[in-house]
Amino acid sequence: MSTSEMRPLPIVVVGHVDHGKSTLVGRLLHETGSLPEGQVEAVRESSRRRGMPFEWAFVLDALQAERDQGITIDTTQIRFRTERRPYVIIDAPGHKEFLKNMVTGAARAEAALLVIDAAEGVREQSRRHGYLLRLLGIPRIAVVVNKMDLVDWSAERFGEVAEAFRDYLAGLGVDPVAFVPVSAREGDNLVRHSPRMPWYQGPTVVGVLDSFEPAPRPVDRPLRMVVQDVYKFDHRRIVAGRVEAGRLRVGDEIVFSPSNKVARVASIEAWHVPEPPTDAVAGESVGITLTEPIFVERGEIVSHPERAPMETTVFRGRLFWLGARPLEVGHTYTLKLGTAEARVRVERIERVIDTEDLSGRPADRIDRHGAGEVILRADRMLALDPFDANPATGRFVLVEDYVPVGGGTVSMEGYPDQRHLITRKATNIHAVGHAVTREARIARNGHRGGVLWFTGLSGAGKSTLALALERELFRKGYQVYVLDGDNIRGGLNADLGFSPEDRAENIRRVGEVAALFADAGMIAISAFISPYRADRERARRAAGEDFHEIHIHAPLEVCEARDPKGLYRRARAGEIPDFTGITSPYEPPENPELVVPTHELSFEECLALLVDYVEKHFRR
Amino acid sequence: MTSNYLAELEAESVYVLREAFARLDRLAVLWSLGKDSNVVLWLCRKAFFGHVPFPVIHIDTGKKFPEMYAFREHYAKAWGLELIVEPAPPEDEVDPTLPPAARSAARKTLGLQRALEKHGFQGLILGIRRDEQALRAKERYFSPRSADNRWDMKDQPPEFWNQYMTDFPPGTHVRVHPLLHWTEIDIWRYTKRENIPVIDLYFARDGKRYRSLGDRDITFPVDSDAATIDEIIAELERTQVPERAGRAMDHESEDAFERLRATGYM
Ligand SMILES: Nc1nc2c(ncn2[C@@H]2O[C@H](COP(=O)(O)OP(=O)(O)OP(=O)(O)O)[C@@H](O)[C@H]2O)c(=O)[nH]1
Ligand SMILES: [Mg+2]
Repeated sequence: MSTSEMRPLPIVVVGHVDHGKSTLVGRLLHETGSLPEGQVEAVRESSRRRGMPFEWAFVLDALQAERDQGITIDTTQIRFRTERRPYVIIDAPGHKEFLKNMVTGAARAEAALLVIDAAEGVREQSRRHGYLLRLLGIPRIAVVVNKMDLVDWSAERFGEVAEAFRDYLAGLGVDPVAFVPVSAREGDNLVRHSPRMPWYQGPTVVGVLDSFEPAPRPVDRPLRMVVQDVYKFDHRRIVAGRVEAGRLRVGDEIVFSPSNKVARVASIEAWHVPEPPTDAVAGESVGITLTEPIFVERGEIVSHPERAPMETTVFRGRLFWLGARPLEVGHTYTLKLGTAEARVRVERIERVIDTEDLSGRPADRIDRHGAGEVILRADRMLALDPFDANPATGRFVLVEDYVPVGGGTVSMEGYPDQRHLITRKATNIHAVGHAVTREARIARNGHRGGVLWFTGLSGAGKSTLALALERELFRKGYQVYVLDGDNIRGGLNADLGFSPEDRAENIRRVGEVAALFADAGMIAISAFISPYRADRERARRAAGEDFHEIHIHAPLEVCEARDPKGLYRRARAGEIPDFTGITSPYEPPENPELVVPTHELSFEECLALLVDYVEKHFRR
Repeated sequence: MTSNYLAELEAESVYVLREAFARLDRLAVLWSLGKDSNVVLWLCRKAFFGHVPFPVIHIDTGKKFPEMYAFREHYAKAWGLELIVEPAPPEDEVDPTLPPAARSAARKTLGLQRALEKHGFQGLILGIRRDEQALRAKERYFSPRSADNRWDMKDQPPEFWNQYMTDFPPGTHVRVHPLLHWTEIDIWRYTKRENIPVIDLYFARDGKRYRSLGDRDITFPVDSDAATIDEIIAELERTQVPERAGRAMDHESEDAFERLRATGYM
């Protein structure tokens, strides 16, 4: 097979402005005989007219403005081949102003060359580009130390630059495959070893490129097909999309997320093929018909039921920001993930990263060209994967005023799968009619039934207040009962642990039990941290209009200072995993019926607030 | 292995075409009758299961080769295309400061612009490739154009992870480039694999053939004995001559192509 029949390996060339990226690519094309006839003459003429020495960069820098200013503005993709195989070389701009173009180029690459000027050494964009390669998920990197002619071909200088950058990359967990000293302009160590650097025994640039292996197609990962459209051009109803991971077969049972509809693949459709396909793997654009006439839409993800994507309204994004206006807490953007779109609000910025030293700090904005970790909340259910589990369905883009302004990868650490929230419960169970009416119960008890759902951090005062309120209400003649960890965890929920999923299930059961108490005419007080908004919303749905969300509130610092059971101290010491407020999130209520600020009021004042609230809302 | 790579190219283009069809109102595809735009139409039928579910526009300069008109009439019918033929305006209506061949090419741009306005298309599919020309190598799959048809090549939107710019302020439109990642050889291999019809002018007669087909007065044949697709592929494996060497307008001045593209040339 000739190399032109092989898939070219996409390689991006990145690094600080003027460090010689375009020169490297131009010269490499020349050295490997990949330039078309007449190109060298055209570059010579173009350089001469501008009064410049011969500029190899002009092979790539084709815009007049690029040539006039000697700078790359937009990314270029160009083909070249070695004896081993063909490549797409993606030349990226180094100037900070054009970072969006650098990302555009780099995101397509499977490996990268990071160019550093030997004389100037490691600079701001060298580090930022290194960081972005990592964030974009491009693991294979080689570092090219260029302009060795300017430092007298010094092995020592090369060592200094290489060491400094090796340390930085190590901080990112990246281990480059090689450090190559070159002079791009003079052609040293590009294809052949340079006699001017006899001390260097490692691979040449071409040697490094040829050592990169293409990323394998994710055929072994769980099936993910993103739905682009549903067509009805003729008698067939075809669900069209691309298989992003795994394998799809005719006859497979599949589920669409987030609608959670289930069907079977009746056929895989294709036009002008020798025979109809029976399966499709990662990378293929396909169309399928289904055995059941279910309604599905663009934006859904097809998977096998047993290995479905996660469903959630909230996730953590590790993102980079390209927008002219900063990303800010409270702002909303359009999220694009696969073919799905949703509005998302920035709920919190956990940290912004300083790409100079990789330190992180909390903040309320991320400026242009910055990076950080943010919590995003969507206006509807999303289907997605953590990036590490399935990259294609674990990364997203944010759009503002028509233009993409940021991108990032999904982390679900500390957030549960919400799939069971919307999955329909068994339908063959009918609500039991009661012989005793609600009105009769109210008449007998003298008050309505309902749920007082306390939520708040550990140490905010939930249990203490719940017990005091129970005593007080009972004294006043109410039918009242407290549900808390002690009487629930020991029995009903003895089978549950403390993983995000188990904690969600714990709260689900408490919500259902509390609703039964309310239905029975009693006041149920639940005293669980219940950190996730989605879980509390579900408890509210279970109890209906009788649900009262009460935020027992004190700031984290106050709770941590109180630390009645020494739990914060242990969590800080790493002894308790997934501790709310420390290693797992607390999502405060947005519109609670009542807030009880325990750090501002005395205990008696808090109790009075609660009793008044009940007297007002529950007395007949 | 061969078919594997072609299948990958095809899958990527099909994805792009389906995104365009799903996200853009009033979409059309430009058909120049050349080898690339024939592949584009073919890929549309792949994407939409035998159909081309939007209009196909041919901007007629009146200077095409006779073979091309016959080809157009025949396949428009055979493939069930909704064909729109729009005449290009006369040469004295275009920018007089452009060099002569570029002026001729600019007629097509102006014709295209008028067709867009007349039919109110929001998206236009074009068969350009990165390997044809250094400026096209900087293009996006979804490339926005301003209300007056301009390409702001110095400030293109970012495009990554198959997320394209598909929402636009009113009055603007987008060029969609499903063949951006293909090369000239890829086009021929695919044409052969799929048995896609092409105009005879591409095949050598009396030691000459056309590598690229534009208007009759500004496109020149190259020396070649390649009379079959296999021979064309073999020739391309060897040659260092760029594809558009026979296009006069590319060589008149360094900035000619940039000026053409900035104002809406494909
Ligand atoms: N002395 C010397 N100069 C070099 C070498 N490589 C590149 N240069 C010069 O460095 C300058 C910048 O080179 P470019 O290739 O344009 O740099 P770049 O990294 O592509 O710059 P941007 O794309 O704008 O970020 C040019 O003037 C080159 O001639 C080298 O090996 N030695
Ligand atoms: Mg450059």
